[in-house]
Amino acid sequence: MSDVLKIKRGTNIKLQGEAEKILTDAPQAETYAIKPTDFVGIKPKVVVKEGDEVKAGTVLMYDKNHEEVKFTSPVSGEVVEVKRGEKRKLLEIIVLADQEIKYEDFGAADPSSLGRDEIIKKLCNAGLWPLIKQRPYDVIANPQDKPKSIFITAYDSAPLAPDNDFIFHGQGELFQKGLDAVAKLTEGKVHLSVDGSAGVDEAFTKAKGVELHRVSGPHPAGNVGVHIHHFDPVGAGQTVWTLKAQDVLSIGRLFESGKFDASRIIAICGPQINDPKYYKTILGTTTKKLFQDLANHDQQNRYISGNVLTGEKIHEDGYLGFYDYQLTVIPEGGEPRMFGWITPNPQKFSVHRSLVSWLQPSKKYSLNAEMNGEERPFVVTEEYEQVFPFDVYPVQLIKAIMVEDIELMEALGIYEVAPEDFALCEVVCTSKIPSQTIVRDGLEMLRKEMS
Amino acid sequence: MSNAIHNFIENKVKPSFDEGGKLEKFYPAYDALETFLFVPGHTAKRGAHIRDAVDMKRTMIIVVLALIPALLFGIWNTGHQYFLATGEGAAFMDKIIHGAIKVLPIVVVSYASGLLVEFIFAIIKKHQVNEGFLVSGMLIPLCLPVEIPLWMVAAATIFAVIIGKEVFGGTGMNILNVALTARAFLFFAYPTWMSGDKVWISEGTAQASNYADGSTGATLLAQSTEKSSGFVDAAGAAYGDTFMSAFMGFIPGSIGETSTLAILIGAAILLITGIGSWKIMLSGVIGAYTMGLIFNAFAVNPFMEVPAHYHLVMGGFAFGIVFMATDPVSAAQTSTGKYVYGFLIGLLGIMIRVFNPAYPEGIMLAILFMNVMAPLIDHYVIQANINRRQKRTVAVAA
Repeated sequence: MSDVLKIKRGTNIKLQGEAEKILTDAPQAETYAIKPTDFVGIKPKVVVKEGDEVKAGTVLMYDKNHEEVKFTSPVSGEVVEVKRGEKRKLLEIIVLADQEIKYEDFGAADPSSLGRDEIIKKLCNAGLWPLIKQRPYDVIANPQDKPKSIFITAYDSAPLAPDNDFIFHGQGELFQKGLDAVAKLTEGKVHLSVDGSAGVDEAFTKAKGVELHRVSGPHPAGNVGVHIHHFDPVGAGQTVWTLKAQDVLSIGRLFESGKFDASRIIAICGPQINDPKYYKTILGTTTKKLFQDLANHDQQNRYISGNVLTGEKIHEDGYLGFYDYQLTVIPEGGEPRMFGWITPNPQKFSVHRSLVSWLQPSKKYSLNAEMNGEERPFVVTEEYEQVFPFDVYPVQLIKAIMVEDIELMEALGIYEVAPEDFALCEVVCTSKIPSQTIVRDGLEMLRKEMS
Repeated sequence: MSNAIHNFIENKVKPSFDEGGKLEKFYPAYDALETFLFVPGHTAKRGAHIRDAVDMKRTMIIVVLALIPALLFGIWNTGHQYFLATGEGAAFMDKIIHGAIKVLPIVVVSYASGLLVEFIFAIIKKHQVNEGFLVSGMLIPLCLPVEIPLWMVAAATIFAVIIGKEVFGGTGMNILNVALTARAFLFFAYPTWMSGDKVWISEGTAQASNYADGSTGATLLAQSTEKSSGFVDAAGAAYGDTFMSAFMGFIPGSIGETSTLAILIGAAILLITGIGSWKIMLSGVIGAYTMGLIFNAFAVNPFMEVPAHYHLVMGGFAFGIVFMATDPVSAAQTSTGKYVYGFLIGLLGIMIRVFNPAYPEGIMLAILFMNVMAPLIDHYVIQANINRRQKRTVAVAA
């Protein structure tokens, strides 16, 4: 059996409202949306108009940079709005769903009998291709690239993240079908990482054609960047592709049934959710009804598609993001606190021992979105390192990005990281530096330079 | 209560400082005071939705708290040394009162002049007032002799804040430790006020000194140039146990530097909270002790014969290594770099102290020198990391 990779540097932020392991069908939603803002670096071109009838799998838009990368409707129905923001920036393509979903037929097939190009074509046409991301840059993979390996992560270590061992129970066959398709995409290995601290579901342990890695330790132990860094690091000019385990299930369903079945199991969780648990729903679902029914409205809430570290702030009647398997609701907060910089604040989380948080390691917090201080230049050192399990100097890399020194960024290892790897750095930062934003800017700077 | 105050500030005071208000220019000053009273309630606009409860104010204030034992002891010791020198017996409270009268004005002048410069720069450059000076403002008085004229304190502080910090871009950007810049400025500009036998005990420089016969204001370091044992205190009497007296701090010296015990209490606060680097402190002590042992082994003069462990409690070593060397902005920033940086400060500090008695405060010069060298140390540490990573990806690809 495979060995266990133990991650030491990191931290688990324990929040209230962990999803109980009960699976429920989410009530059918009225509308669904694809949000072009979920996809970094694409140039969206919309091919439908308001009023068009679409099926699940009908193309809504494509990427002008890579025309084969298509984004399709998750349900059938009528396109009711193509929402644009400032400077006509495309925000959402909203589909009013039919009672019963009608599907485009892409043809069921056995992936092991298909060639690489056929598989790529099928994934692209069905709108599943955008699920595959790449390092470097943490953007949608380029179908023309040949990755040296593919990483699938079944371990999400983020706060309140869904437990894949629960979700995947009994899904082994479908998962294997998806894996067979994914395996065709690379000549190298397919790595599958699972939570090494818990019992691992058969769906993973019996998976064939993959190299299984058990990873344990505090967040970001489940981040795919950490796995790549330890198992098959990316150097200049190299590419690896990444997928989340549930994405592989979607791919499996495409080959099984020939349909773009965008259903997924999500955790609806957080301190402001009453009775948090798992729901079966569909990609892009409106959150309106879910949050109205499930959230506690005793105070102003922050609604997040994704987890509290990397998720996107959405409205109560927003939409589930393309890459998200979790909806989190926390209190917004926003009350100024008198002399809050010296009070011990036992209700607030900190990795720093200048507060009392470290004396209560098992406490579960109801944290709000307050910054707890103002932005300052870097002062404290070796702060990021304690939550950053890479052989990379995080602060020096951030500074290199700030001064836009591309050569230095490369040397310091920017190819190996994604904004999500800096999420905890951003949380623990005394100076409140927006490191995820900075890293994203750096990656985009580099991507433009290289293209 | 706190809500009422906040509403009052928000509705009555803030409008004058907002854009278009008549005091608009002074917004940074207003902002500094408001955020001192209230941690703003603003919430995360981008990136992670939850944030650690720590902030710069808390971090800096804890360093100031860690300095309080040294300050309190310094106040008492100022009185204690004075009454030793005059030969008068005095009660505990008399010493405190005498010390407070001498020491507190220096603290007030240091803070007032430094914060004035900070506020002026914040207003001119339209940025927020940074918390860094809260620490510098306390470090400066504690590393000065008690007899220093107040105008010199002001001049040195202003010099250090402007030349040592603001010209580089403010807190977080400085190369040299700000407090040591102030001390070095005085040391080279007014050496007679920073060394010798007269400045360490209050009223030692007065024309008609009322000191008793036989009294001396010479520090242990000054005495070490002539002898390696038989040190005497301010009254001219031999110490019962020199090491213990120096450890406890019953000796003449800069206001906050004499008591290694009080400094260790501060060090404990910094280490428990994780704000001070144990790597720098530990390697600094090892460096100093190593140098002391080397001197003992090759001793050719009395100073070289001074037992190695004495060096750890004499002069400004303990204060410097705990509070100044660990300043994260001017120290090495990488883990490996910190060991090298701390060790060399200890080594060089004792070397300068012993080899050049004209500069008895070798620690100050050692830290300033290593401040300048810290980026170079980090450069080599990071270059090694870069090379290692490049080799690794090449090896994997091959």
